[in-house]
Amino acid sequence: MRYLPLTPDDRAQMLGVIGAPDIDALFADVPRAARLAGPVDLPAHAGEMEVERALSALAALNRPAGAGPFFCGAGAYRHHVPATVDHIIQRSEFLTSYTPYQPEIAQGTLQVLFEFQTQVAALTGLDVANASMYDGSTACAEAVMMAKRVTRRGKAILSGGLHPHYAAVTRTLAEAEGMQTVRQPAAVDAEAAVVDAIDDQTACVVVQTPNVFGVVTDVSRIAEAAHAKGALLIVVTTEAVAFGLLKSPGEMGADIAVAEGQSIGNALNFGGPYVGLFACREKFVRNMPGRLCGETVDADGRRGYVLTLSTREQHIRREKATSNICTNSGLCALAFSIHMSLLGGKGLGRLARVNHARARELAAAVAGAGVEVLTPRYFNEIAVRVTGSAAALVDALAADGILAGVPYSRLDPHAGLDDVLLLAATETTTSEDIAALTAALSAKAAR
Amino acid sequence: MSMNTVGRPTRPEGAAGPAGFASLTGGRGLLQDEPLIFELGGWDKTGVDLPEPEADASDLAGLVREDLPLPGLSEPEAVRHYVRLSQKNHAIDLALYPLGSCTMKHNPRLNEKAARLAGFADLHPLQPASTIQGALALMDRLAHWLKTLTGMPAVALSPKAGAHGELCGLLCIKAAHEAAGQGHRRKVLVPTSAHGTNPATAAFVGYAVTEIAQTDDGRVDLADLEAKLGPDVAAIMVTNPNTCGLFERDVLEIARLTHAAGAYFYCDGANFNAIVGRVRPGDLGVDAMHINLHKTFSTPHGGGGPGAGPVVLSEALAPFAPAPWVLSAADGFQLLEEPTGDAAQAFGRLCAFHGQMGMFVRAYAYMLSHGSDGLRQVAEDAVLNANYVKARLSDVMSPAFPDGPCMHEALFDDAWLEGTGVTTLDVAKAMIDEGFHPMTMYFPLVVHGAMLIEPTETESKAELDRFCETLRALAAAARQGQAERFKGAPFLAPLRRLDETLAARRPKLAWRPEPATVAPAPSAAE
Repeated sequence: MRYLPLTPDDRAQMLGVIGAPDIDALFADVPRAARLAGPVDLPAHAGEMEVERALSALAALNRPAGAGPFFCGAGAYRHHVPATVDHIIQRSEFLTSYTPYQPEIAQGTLQVLFEFQTQVAALTGLDVANASMYDGSTACAEAVMMAKRVTRRGKAILSGGLHPHYAAVTRTLAEAEGMQTVRQPAAVDAEAAVVDAIDDQTACVVVQTPNVFGVVTDVSRIAEAAHAKGALLIVVTTEAVAFGLLKSPGEMGADIAVAEGQSIGNALNFGGPYVGLFACREKFVRNMPGRLCGETVDADGRRGYVLTLSTREQHIRREKATSNICTNSGLCALAFSIHMSLLGGKGLGRLARVNHARARELAAAVAGAGVEVLTPRYFNEIAVRVTGSAAALVDALAADGILAGVPYSRLDPHAGLDDVLLLAATETTTSEDIAALTAALSAKAAR
Repeated sequence: MSMNTVGRPTRPEGAAGPAGFASLTGGRGLLQDEPLIFELGGWDKTGVDLPEPEADASDLAGLVREDLPLPGLSEPEAVRHYVRLSQKNHAIDLALYPLGSCTMKHNPRLNEKAARLAGFADLHPLQPASTIQGALALMDRLAHWLKTLTGMPAVALSPKAGAHGELCGLLCIKAAHEAAGQGHRRKVLVPTSAHGTNPATAAFVGYAVTEIAQTDDGRVDLADLEAKLGPDVAAIMVTNPNTCGLFERDVLEIARLTHAAGAYFYCDGANFNAIVGRVRPGDLGVDAMHINLHKTFSTPHGGGGPGAGPVVLSEALAPFAPAPWVLSAADGFQLLEEPTGDAAQAFGRLCAFHGQMGMFVRAYAYMLSHGSDGLRQVAEDAVLNANYVKARLSDVMSPAFPDGPCMHEALFDDAWLEGTGVTTLDVAKAMIDEGFHPMTMYFPLVVHGAMLIEPTETESKAELDRFCETLRALAAAARQGQAERFKGAPFLAPLRRLDETLAARRPKLAWRPEPATVAPAPSAAE
């Protein structure tokens, strides 16, 4: 077998050194009743060519986003990732290293994490960021539980524009930990409605901008209202490219900002692996979840980096840790950081403006096709009202080779918004794509 | 033309250089200090060519940010920056990486290629079902392999790492107890040797954690377990093979006692690689177990992630598994994303989409490559390699549990260092100078100065011998009083030992511009 270096001779020699008669002797502690006599009922080994063929056959049953007009967003976005990014993350020293617990031989990973943390802090307009979470949704749930630790209060208010999956993940985890979550009814443009629900038991309010309907909101007033009652403001962003154009969460008064970082450096990957961004104000740093990389010096006084403040973490603190997270999204954070370093602030700003311009063209075109645009202020995604079921429309257009966005009912079937369709445009969306979509929408409407 | 006409052969005499030689610029040959990207001066630069936006952002008046102070790099500068940084990392592709409990095995590149097929990588998680049949089929087949290998009837694929899988398992257990009117069970029993994630996860879910004692031979103390099991216990969390690298001989009795007390048996499957293909956890009475795809099934660790932590579940717990589920119907696969119908009892949702698809593809490619016969050989070779290392080092180091075989990892304590002035940490740092990544140190907590060595099955006998000879030489050096070789180590790494106390006392977690008049040289540790 190509991945196993030992030869039968090696095995026999090694058993001799060990002093064991056969391999079974090394499994002697396994209860006899639980020892399998032979291989389980699954196919036997296969060569590289056969495996590649089997996987290519499965891949061919899918329709990739790049195969035609494509408008899906709702928390995952198709962007162009420079070839350099994927080349570098496949370098052995990044791909096949472990968590940098031995900093003297992990300065590559550690310096990248330090740069990543600095980039995330700048993008979100906050003081400190951690070395990544699993994804945006789990980062959101962790932020809510962090707010409980900071405020010693047990209630979280979730806006009606928060991505329904983020709300579900947050509810699942926060309620397991004994918190109460209050989800406001789904509403296109009502992030500020959270203000009315804040009371003296409220640990945090969670709002999203741009929200799941694409609406951009200035959350400054929400921040003031939350702070007036001793609650924290958590701002969620699912499209990280928006940081290139819009006011940052920190600038608007957020205490914690969480985001899905997939848009920068990472492929769609059918939902994972992604990279959760997590940033907050400096005074809360000891309540943060996850790994943190910090600067220090070595025995010769040379600058270096280590994982730090680990007394917050499970491997030291066990049941008193701030989170149970261990493995995070290191390689996805590296991809994010490389793409971000290539772009720079200037490039990300331009990329964001291109995205916004594509969405303006999309919004104007679908409005011209007689579809009502519901989103008043948007970055690169809009919600539209269609005639009848948005899900049925998406299925029908998929048969014509157009991936016409995400029906809101797919995310939340109980909201009564079956006719709402979410459409995203990015720099990868062409005018021809938009023309194909509007032509198909007009044709359906005419039928 | 011979190369020698251009690059003449050098003569080795005098190559060692004068004692205390230092370069003029502070670097060491190919290994140079690499500035942070913020120090490379690209504040107005970008390495991505983009078109002019066709429209302005006037519709977002008042919502637009003023500035975004982040540097950019041209493509050649970026490539150089990251390649230089990469050269300061150790990696499994460079040498044996014996981190016990972490399973650093070879990562096949075929798996990387498969995960990058457009049909997987360029697939949006919310595309209509008709356009993702291959992805759902792959998830279904991966689930079949995981269920068959573990002998368990169900699996939840969405957890994104081992600790996330623990969360999934405990939330299933909590939901099952609540559904049975047993919501008053508030305690989880965890052995003292457990991974830190076990008690952390139990606490995260709102359970109180009680420790179970360990016997002198490194296993769960049955008498202590029996004494602590009761009507208030929701579950036990036991790692098997455990973190001492030993199989829990009494696992069937552990399961029987647990079930008799009305509790569930959560197994931490971090060490499944030791038994895959030879033992099915379902035959051991396990109710839930996470599987680290990045350990047993060799998806790359990537400097700390991403991982993937699917959880296999017993009949009793399966109905409570979180959304989404892949369903096989006559007209193809469907993704059930809401807890309704068949999934009405699902405890909720663990992440935004369907889990780590990129890891699923890699793990499935790995499974197909090995097949059922190869996976069994994986476990055998992993156990053989660990026992070989244990046998070759037992006369110079002190195995924590000398009697009987170990499983996939060999645990040593620091008794062999007594009187040498050398600590476990010093040995670890000295290994760096010899070209190896250190073993896991000071874990598990039940053994003094623990050194946990997991070679994995992808090491050749020659590499194992090289590793054992190195440790034998270090042991001899320690015995001969060469403490200075250890106390100051590493001497030959990109950096010397780092001051972790300083980092924690004065946290500097992001780069900030220095005032121009201040010299950039870092000050020495206080």
